Amino acid sequence: MNIFALVGRAVLIFLGEVGALSRFTMRAVRACFAPPIYLRLIGQQMLRIGYFSLPVVGLTAFFTGGVLALQIYIGGSRFNAEGFVANIVAIGITRELGPVIAGLMVAGRVSAAIAAEIGTMRVTEQIDALVTLSTNPFKYLVAPRIIAAVISMPLLVLIADIIGIFGGFVVGTQSLGFNPMVYIGNTVDFIETSDVTSGLIKSAVFGFIIALMGCYSGYRSMGGAQGVGRATTNAVVASSILILAANYLMTSIFFTS
Amino acid sequence: MAETPKIELRDMHKHFGPKKVLNGINLTVEKGHSMVVIGGSGTGKSVMLKCILGLLHPTSGSVKVDGEEVTQFSEREREQVLKKFGMLFQSAALFDSLKVWENVAFALIQGENMPRAKARDIAIEKLAKVGLSADVGELNPAELSGGMQKRVGLARAIAHDPEIVFFDEPTTGLDPIMADVINQLIVDTVKDMGATALSITHDMASARKIADHMSMIYKGEIIWTGLAEEVDTCGNPYVDQFVHGRAEGPIQMEVLKA
Repeated sequence: MNIFALVGRAVLIFLGEVGALSRFTMRAVRACFAPPIYLRLIGQQMLRIGYFSLPVVGLTAFFTGGVLALQIYIGGSRFNAEGFVANIVAIGITRELGPVIAGLMVAGRVSAAIAAEIGTMRVTEQIDALVTLSTNPFKYLVAPRIIAAVISMPLLVLIADIIGIFGGFVVGTQSLGFNPMVYIGNTVDFIETSDVTSGLIKSAVFGFIIALMGCYSGYRSMGGAQGVGRATTNAVVASSILILAANYLMTSIFFTS
Repeated sequence: MAETPKIELRDMHKHFGPKKVLNGINLTVEKGHSMVVIGGSGTGKSVMLKCILGLLHPTSGSVKVDGEEVTQFSEREREQVLKKFGMLFQSAALFDSLKVWENVAFALIQGENMPRAKARDIAIEKLAKVGLSADVGELNPAELSGGMQKRVGLARAIAHDPEIVFFDEPTTGLDPIMADVINQLIVDTVKDMGATALSITHDMASARKIADHMSMIYKGEIIWTGLAEEVDTCGNPYVDQFVHGRAEGPIQMEVLKA
């Protein structure tokens, strides 16, 4: 096999995929702003994407806050900086860990579910049936999921922030011996609105990525049960990587200027 | 002057990469006719239907609906044209996230913005037409048998009183009695509405029952068209072999011989 042919084919497949995703994204975004807007479906999806993710996201945020407090205390004690636990937990959770951990958990939970649902609809001709019933699948299936995810993720992360900081507070006061009032005082004094809002902006972007990649993978799946399985895996892997990459990009834009 | 045909395909090609599925389909369906296209699996029957509906884009050629060229239509124009169509899918393709009556009423609620209560009444009326009671409407599609799903699919396809109804293998996967029930329902509903019907099938019993005109598709081309009664006496060796279901003849199945 000619090595150039191999490389060429890989490049063509990659470019084809980028092109297809860009076109899909454009159609999806356009569908989000053009009537009809299905409020009922958006509500349903917000319930599924946001509300039902609360337990998972809450638990992970709690333990993340806890372990953060523990490590900062251990690491900080080398420089006599163990007093900063509250401050660093607050910043770490609101700026990075809250949005990223919630994003990754929801990516696993929701983008997989979206890909499986839309993928099954694709292979059982339900999407074709939608079209024959004069309904645009982008407006009926894709747009409500994207809108719901973009609205629910910041709400979810706001709660994750609170629970994460609370996790740090529990560990700080129960096992590291901080005074509760001092811990709360340090948190409130140190945290700034921009810490929280930057995290919330990030999470809205993550929500977009999660719903988009779920829909995209599902929409393009073919070949029965195996195809749907592949779509589900692709959705989770792609949305997780894109979340981490987008997070780096946004952090470098928000915090280095 | 003859009336404009409901559907007119001229030299329609569809290729998937190097694979040529349709090689110049020519087919005319007149208003009020029931055309059945017969042909074996893999001859391009489903692709042809999907090209007419715009679910697939033909590589070249012309598709006219009511004399209007639809191949270059924008998404919005296509949505308007699709209001004329109803389709019964091979697997019924019911939306499993919706109840049966919501499935039937889908085109009314989403397409015509009809209030849900009114759409529901029409859905129940259409369900009655295919022999299903109102309480079936409250079930989920997954709770229905294959035959009942097909009937719901039929009710959904005709709910918005389309001018043209497509049937994709309407009897596949059904027992002979249920198949006949579906065939009879198709004949009755189509006649009732005065609609034009285009069906594809490889089930000759079904084809004979539904069709007034027949065509045969082979290797992506229409090789014969005529009245349904003529199918047994047309003298075309391909049609003859298919109709009688013989392994020997001009159509060679691609089966490797040991």
